[in-house]
Amino acid sequence: MRKSILYNLSEKIRIMSHLKVILFSFIFLGMFVLPGVAGYQKLLSVQIREAQLRSSPSFLGKITNRLAYGRIVEVLKDQGAWKRVAVPGSGIQGWVHVSTLTTKKIALQSGTADVKSSVTGAELALAGKGFNAAVEDEFKKKNSNLDFTWVDRMETLKFTTEEIQEFLRDGHVITPEGGV
Amino acid sequence: MINAAQYAIRLPLYLLLLAIIVFTGCQTMESVITTAATVAGSQGMIDNSQADTIIKHTSAVSRSFEEFTPEQEYYIGRSVAAVVLSKYSPYMNKKANDYVNIIGQTVALASDLPETFAGYHFLILNSDEVNAFAAPGGLIFVTRGLLRCCPSEDAVAAVLAHEIGHTQNKHGLQAIKRARITQAFTSLALEGAKTFGRQELAQLTEAFEGTISDITGTMINNGYSRSLEYDADRTAVTILSRVGYDPHALTEMLQMMGKRLNPKGLDFAKTHPSPSSRVAKIKMYTDKYSPVLIPEARKVRFAKALANI
Repeated sequence: MRKSILYNLSEKIRIMSHLKVILFSFIFLGMFVLPGVAGYQKLLSVQIREAQLRSSPSFLGKITNRLAYGRIVEVLKDQGAWKRVAVPGSGIQGWVHVSTLTTKKIALQSGTADVKSSVTGAELALAGKGFNAAVEDEFKKKNSNLDFTWVDRMETLKFTTEEIQEFLRDGHVITPEGGV
Repeated sequence: MINAAQYAIRLPLYLLLLAIIVFTGCQTMESVITTAATVAGSQGMIDNSQADTIIKHTSAVSRSFEEFTPEQEYYIGRSVAAVVLSKYSPYMNKKANDYVNIIGQTVALASDLPETFAGYHFLILNSDEVNAFAAPGGLIFVTRGLLRCCPSEDAVAAVLAHEIGHTQNKHGLQAIKRARITQAFTSLALEGAKTFGRQELAQLTEAFEGTISDITGTMINNGYSRSLEYDADRTAVTILSRVGYDPHALTEMLQMMGKRLNPKGLDFAKTHPSPSSRVAKIKMYTDKYSPVLIPEARKVRFAKALANI
């Protein structure tokens, strides 16, 4: 009987210690981790080979700038499937379709204060990881019967915004805005 | 009683737990655990090998096709396209291919996935079969036989929008076996050098080969499930209506296909639900749109571009 009271007491102390640890952890999270994550939410990365910044939230908007794969942008405003973004520290702004961007960290960039504060410790950069050109080369070596000539050629078949606009006008088709 | 040393051991565990509880609402569990583990590791609370173990363990259980980046999807798509081109040859007609590309790239802009890593590109295959393939990332193939089922530019747009639907809704990636995805991601170097070691490259290439055969096996030989085909039809109707093409053009194309398709063929007859069942299924989506009267200019350029198809 006496033994079990003692046991209960030590159990209580143990639980209290757990609570203290949890409390301390919350303080730690509040001070260091949450502010970093909150800032991270507004920063997105370009997840395609080349993003086109436009003057208005539409594919018919004029292209004002191009951003390379992995560039980090700050979201200023949302409008349907479009986001107005700025490149931190550069003064560059424009509209991009949401499918251009990801919350994943594609590449780690240095040079701007905003970016540095958002990258905590050893965050993962995804550019070039996984299935990439090196893997494709290995695959080609093992499958020499496959010919990529026309795959490469296909990728050069590309129409500009102006050509698409003209095509739509000539065929009396209305303008695409992009979905979501 | 718990001494200071025990605190030090337990703290990172509590932190991980709390991080999971706090962030589950806004991020995926896996990225939360990964972030928590890297933070804990970088703060010296757990050593880096412990952090690595946590990350790798998490990766192994929760990976799915949705986690391929557009860049990885692009490389998968290129090799899938190469396999398609090992079975079919391209139709060498610049005018027809340009026409199909400008229609395709226009309707792609109205999809929910207008931006892929390297964009949408289309190629006509020199085959009498009624067939089409959409490789991940937006490399899309359509046979001459299928284009002959298209009585108008709007119908061509419908065929291409259906294929864009497969790409947008990631139907190709869904054909990859789960174990393959786990294999691909676990053999990934998560930190440090961007270039792989020899063994990693060999493992990744093996996973890559399996991935390509999973996709091409489904796409070319067996066909997607009926529900994924209906899904692509539904997406096509949405896309057509957004651009200003006639959503009923999909119905017209399917009716013409119904007449031309050899029921014993190894093409759409084998890999797709019957045209009549597709027509019946999409009726509820197309009914709300009034038919579009196709302007003369559009008819003329259609006839010119695909005159010899």
